[in-house]
Amino acid sequence: MKLRHYISLLLAGLLAAGAALAADAPKEPTVEQRLADLEAYVNNGSRTADVAGKIAGPGPGHNGWMMTSSALVLFMTLPGLALFYGGLVRRKNVLSVLAQCLGIAGLVTVLWWAVGYSLVFAPGNSILGGLKFAFLRGVDGNPNTDYAGWVSQNVFSMYQMMFAIITPALIVGAIAERMKYAAVLLFVALWMFVIYFPLAHMIWGADGLMNGVWNAKAKIKSIDFAGGTVVHMSSGWSALILCLILGKRLGFGKTIMAPHSMVLCMVGTGMLWVGWYGFNAGSALAADGVASNAFMTTTLAAAVASMAWAVVEWIVRGKPSVLGFCSGVVAGLVVVTPACGFITATGAVIIGVLAGVIPFLACVKLKPLLGYDDALDTFGVHAVGGTLGALLTGFLATHDANANLAVNLKDVVGHTLWLHQLAAMGVTLAMALVGTVVIAYVVKFTVGLRPNAEEETQGLDVVDHGEEGYILE
Amino acid sequence: MKKIEAIIKPFKLEDVKEALSNIGVQGMTVYEVKGFGRQKGHTEIYRGSEYTVDFLPKLKLEIVLPDSGVEAAIEAITSAAKTGKIGDGKIFLLPVEQAWRIRTEECGDQAV
Repeated sequence: MKLRHYISLLLAGLLAAGAALAADAPKEPTVEQRLADLEAYVNNGSRTADVAGKIAGPGPGHNGWMMTSSALVLFMTLPGLALFYGGLVRRKNVLSVLAQCLGIAGLVTVLWWAVGYSLVFAPGNSILGGLKFAFLRGVDGNPNTDYAGWVSQNVFSMYQMMFAIITPALIVGAIAERMKYAAVLLFVALWMFVIYFPLAHMIWGADGLMNGVWNAKAKIKSIDFAGGTVVHMSSGWSALILCLILGKRLGFGKTIMAPHSMVLCMVGTGMLWVGWYGFNAGSALAADGVASNAFMTTTLAAAVASMAWAVVEWIVRGKPSVLGFCSGVVAGLVVVTPACGFITATGAVIIGVLAGVIPFLACVKLKPLLGYDDALDTFGVHAVGGTLGALLTGFLATHDANANLAVNLKDVVGHTLWLHQLAAMGVTLAMALVGTVVIAYVVKFTVGLRPNAEEETQGLDVVDHGEEGYILE
Repeated sequence: MKKIEAIIKPFKLEDVKEALSNIGVQGMTVYEVKGFGRQKGHTEIYRGSEYTVDFLPKLKLEIVLPDSGVEAAIEAITSAAKTGKIGDGKIFLLPVEQAWRIRTEECGDQAV
């Protein structure tokens, strides 16, 4: 007993001496501090000033996963979405869809480099970010600790850019086969400034108006894991408005406008599903338990929704179609997007079932009833699915699936979260509707929206791009 | 000399060709065609859009024969292409004035 007492006294003395030495040389962290820093990295915890280890810059595992995820999200657009949409149009317009996706990828990248990233992720007010990161100034290999302490900011900015690319590309589906190429690009450029940049800042910006998870001062305490409001609601509702202002395709309802290649459409669907893992699981900004949960919920929702859509078709029409399976996959992925990091496996299966049935009704019943020409069902899948997902997130999110929900939202999640979700959905809807009306008319009275009847009949591939998709000899 | 034009179901081509070979017919020309008769088209549904496809794919065979071979050829085609269901096709018989074989410059029955 006594001996132990002496030993502990001796150890205490040694530690005190060590601490005194450390005080003399403050730049050298103790082994404990270095270990704590390492644990923070492995646990995706935040680095704090008093736990300064010797790890310089980002964590290699975080960067590895986020670069992979960035590539996966780009893969969703090029060529995933391009083929999914491209297969669904008529042969004479396949290249126009591919060109729209390619053009948007380039255009949005330039906007993102210039001011886009900064307007979304630089500190600013609750509506829009500032210009600190304009032209990606200072965006280098060091992490931006406002968002991800272990991910290089240049990787973080590229990852977020892939979302900014696919979002306006989704709109292409509603207006396919009948909008001038120049008009598409001008519309998208304006749309990014009026709708995407502010909305993404409000939802995901550290000081954003609707960032319930991380901004303790957020007026609307909504949550959106990977973009139900920012990506799918915004693009989907804008797509509906734009396709109404644009008008129907020539011969709509009279001539056959069947997909020219269901094979390409299915190939694109598979790529979207694979890429969506980067989109959803990547949104954890780490390869941690939240990411792995999002990976699981994403898989479940997509598979269940695909089956649900096909089964409903089988019952209602007697045959399960490939387009039905594909539509169900995309609908499931859309609806689970805002929820994937916040829900359990059971929540994902509930989402899958609803995602297979409700967007089905929107595409198959509502569209013919109202008669709008949403050519490839951007509204039916993305607006209806995104809206459904944002709302369901309010009911299905739980602390059990994601401990971050207990930081600022302890009393909200499981209680009034759905009301906050409704408020965020209202803001998104209002911005998308009003913004799109204004932008569409600006484009209409400057470069004009539609090709003339002869050009539209000939097909946009030859008219806008001087090429044909298939030369079969 | 006569020309037989036969419209048949595409999956019956091999049977018809074999039946004609068996009675000594030595050649034919085959076209992929589309058309409709009493067999109406089918409906294709892509999400909310339904399209009726009126024109169905068929094959059109053209065979030129000496008058003496016509009866057997028509019987061979009929029996080989028949399923008994609507859409089996039709056979037309047309007169042919003359025929030449380009390689040997033969004409008449020997040329077909």
